[in-house]
Formats: sequence, C-alpha cells, structure tokens
Amino acid sequence: MTIGQAASSLLLKEFVAAFVLSMKYFFRPKATINYPFEKNFSSPRFRGEHALRRYPNGEERCIACKLCEAICPAQAITIEAGPRRNDGTRRTTRYDIDMVKCIYCGMCQEACPVDAIVEGPNMEFATETREELLYDKQKLLDNGARWEREIARNLRADAPYR
Amino acid sequence: MSFTDILWTVGIAALKSVGLLVCLLVYIAFALYADRKVWAAVQMRRGPNVVGPWGLLQSFADLTKFFFKEPIIPASANKGVFLLAPFIFATLSLAAWAVIPLAEGWAIADLNVGVLYIFAISSLGIYGVIMGGWASNSKYPFLGALRSTAQMVSYEVSIGFVIVTVLMCAGSLNLTKIVESQNQYGIFGWYWLWLFPMFVVFFISALAETNRPPFDLPEAESELVAGYMVEYSSTPFLLFMLGEYVAIMLMCAMGTILFLGGWLPPVPYAPFTWVPGVVWFVLKASLFFFMISMVKAFVPRYRYDQLMRLGWKVFLPISLVMVILVATVLKVTDLAPKSPEPPPAPVATKAVIQ
Repeated sequence: MTIGQAASSLLLKEFVAAFVLSMKYFFRPKATINYPFEKNFSSPRFRGEHALRRYPNGEERCIACKLCEAICPAQAITIEAGPRRNDGTRRTTRYDIDMVKCIYCGMCQEACPVDAIVEGPNMEFATETREELLYDKQKLLDNGARWEREIARNLRADAPYR
Repeated sequence: MSFTDILWTVGIAALKSVGLLVCLLVYIAFALYADRKVWAAVQMRRGPNVVGPWGLLQSFADLTKFFFKEPIIPASANKGVFLLAPFIFATLSLAAWAVIPLAEGWAIADLNVGVLYIFAISSLGIYGVIMGGWASNSKYPFLGALRSTAQMVSYEVSIGFVIVTVLMCAGSLNLTKIVESQNQYGIFGWYWLWLFPMFVVFFISALAETNRPPFDLPEAESELVAGYMVEYSSTPFLLFMLGEYVAIMLMCAMGTILFLGGWLPPVPYAPFTWVPGVVWFVLKASLFFFMISMVKAFVPRYRYDQLMRLGWKVFLPISLVMVILVATVLKVTDLAPKSPEPPPAPVATKAVIQ
C-alpha cells in the first residue's frame, strides 16, 4: 500500500464519492412504477390467462377439433367431444386446462383454426388453492366473456404479422 | 428514606421509563420506515407506499403481522434458551437507554458512570445473540452467532478507545457532563470537529457493533440466510429485530452525545436557543441514522477477514495513536479539564435517580 492509497483511504475519499453519487440517485425520478395502481404497457402478443371465445351471435367458436390438445407440449389440455343435445353439432362436452401444468407457450392459440382458445392479456389470476387453477370449460368461457374486448383488440393489432 | 419515598421514586422512574419506551418504539417504527425508504430511493425504487399515507404505517402493519404469525420452535432446539434469547437481547438494548440524556436533565437515571454502563449493557447484548444461535441447534444460526461474537468483541476495543479520547477531553464519565463540556462555539465546539478521526472510527465501529451493513456478516443473507435469526419466527423474531434497531438508535444517541453535542443548538444564539433541546437531540440522532442507512445503500459487504483486518490492524492502531496524541496535546497546551474535588464516596458509587 503506497502512502497515497493510505491517505485516500484514511480521508474516506471513496466513501465521500459514493455518498455524493448515491445522493444524486436519491433525487432521481423513480425507475419503478406504482404497480397495483398503475401498470406497464403490455404487448398485444402477451400470453396470459386463457379464454374460450364466442362469435358475436353468442355461438361458441370451439368445434372440438382437439388440435390444441394435440399440440400442447405440457399436455395441460383435456377435451372430450360429442354432439350437442339441441342441434347435434359437434361440440366439446369437456374442456379443461390445468393452469399449473401450462407453460404459456401460446401453441394452443396458434393451432386453433377458429380463434377459439386464446391467451388473453390478464396475468393477475393468482389463487389461494391449487384446485382453483384447474380451469373447466365454464371458467374459460367466462374469461372469454370478460376479456373479449381486450382480446379482440389485441388480435386485430397483431393480425398483420400473423 | 421511608418506604413511601422509595415507592414514589421507583414509581416515577417506572413512569418515565414507560414514557421513554413508548416514544422510542414509535420513533423506531418510523426509523425502520425511513431506513427502507432511503434504501429504496438510492436504488430508484419507491419503497413501502401502500399502508397509510405514503406508506407511513408500514411498520405498524409489519408489527401486527409478526404478532399474529405462528411462533415455530424447532423440534431439536433448546426451548427455554431459544425463547429466552430474544427477550434478553431486546431487554438489554432497551435497558441501555436508561442513562441517555435526551435533553438537559432528561435522563431516567443520571449515572455518574453512564458511559461505562452503556458499554457494559451493550456488550451483554451479545449474549442474546449467542444464546439464540446456540439454542437453535442448527448450522447457520450457530455460524452467525460465532461471527457476531468475534465481530462485536473486535469493534468494542476500538469503540472503547474512542470513548476514552472523548472522556479525556470531557473529564467525566457522566453523559450529561460530556454534553455540557461541548457547550462552546456552537457547532464548532462539538467533538466531531476536534476529534474528527475518532468520529469516523466511532461511526464505522458503530456499524460493526450493531451488525449493520456493510458489516452484517452475522446475518449475511446470501450465505447464512439470516444468521442467528434463521430459526426464529413471529414475536421472538420481532424481539430480535426490535433489539437490533434499538441498539442502532442507541448508537445514534451515543454518537450524538459524544460527538454532536447532544441537545445543544448548533448556533448558541436566539432563535436557535429557543428550540427545546430534545428537538435538537432527535434531529442529530436522525441525521446519524440517515448516514447509517445511506451506508447500507452504497457500501458493499466486507469479507470476514477484511472485517477483522479493519478492526485489529487499522482501527486499533489509529485509535491508540489518537489516544496518545490527544493526551499529549491536552497536557502540553494545558487544555485538559481540571479534575474536580473528589465527590463524597456514596454519591459516586450509586445511581442518582431523579
């Protein structure tokens, strides 16, 4: 250790410099946002909570082709199909997504020929029990009803690149 | 002294203690909040801002949370000692506050050997840490306790010499007298200027003594999880946490008394003299605390051998040299405080409870 080094460490040169620097940062505008009250921009491609959509006339889009079930890499989707009682068209009698297994890769919405299953912009669906994360068809359709406006807007915004 | 007299004295001392305790705990709740806010601000974060206006009530929310959590006692822990340790730690750090004069004559016990009392009590606090680390019967708490012991022992030596220097200048072990001896030339008469190297040594040793970053090796999160507090939860954990912050505030108060002129105003003229002394005291202690929490934000943690090197090979020689230097200067310039006539024996040996 040279005399110069000893002097600068005895006089706390680095300490004072660090203090001045951190006081500068002290008064800088914050880099973080006020999260639960304000939210960041999210891309139209954001892959969040799943939803099953309907046509504007209220008919469900899903035709039970099971492409999403086939492509799902985590095997999180379970579909059972059958003729619908009133008109005999092919529909799902069961459409379950295990949100705990799901890896949010978005392949189900890529595979869907009728834009029925989509991943919406919602990411705040934490639950208190594991069972609540085993979504059934009714839950997914409800999600579709709740998020339809945002989902449609995002699909429209992303359409030119698909 | 009749029995009722004793009862009165004890009762009034107890009332004073409760008053001080309440004020101190409320102040510490906000100091904790300020600590987190300062840390956040330096890192350009927002810090706690949801509970109450600007998050001001965050500490009270945390307090309630700790109270209602389940205290977990490890099956292999020594139950009695495990639960006793946090109580000892918190009680001892609170006990040291008995002799701190918040303003002229505002000490609960104006001890003639106040400095020694504080020194003794704050050294005893380490027993809480050791007991906690030992009784947990677990690796990390044990390592944390060992480190804490070595660290506090090392830095107590240099703090001791710092205090010796101040005592030579003040000529008394009584905290009130130490403050009064700084009562000249306003801010330039306080010891931080005259004994500046010792002020720095005191500040850094205070950080090490209270296990604050950058010397928080006993609870190094990255290696020991939380050191001696690993196995603690709920109220026992709260007591450890509380004891730690009380000890930090005690160090702030000590720094204020020894170096920043206690309750004295920075400019000894009106309008500064109109402000009550306790306000100055709290302001100075808060400034000291602000520095402590800033250090947490910008100094990286020391390695253990560096910590020991700093304590034994840097601070000890510096403070020894300063003791000799100050003694020489005081003797040569004849500035040393004249020793007063020896006081009558009983007064010198027992606490004068006001």
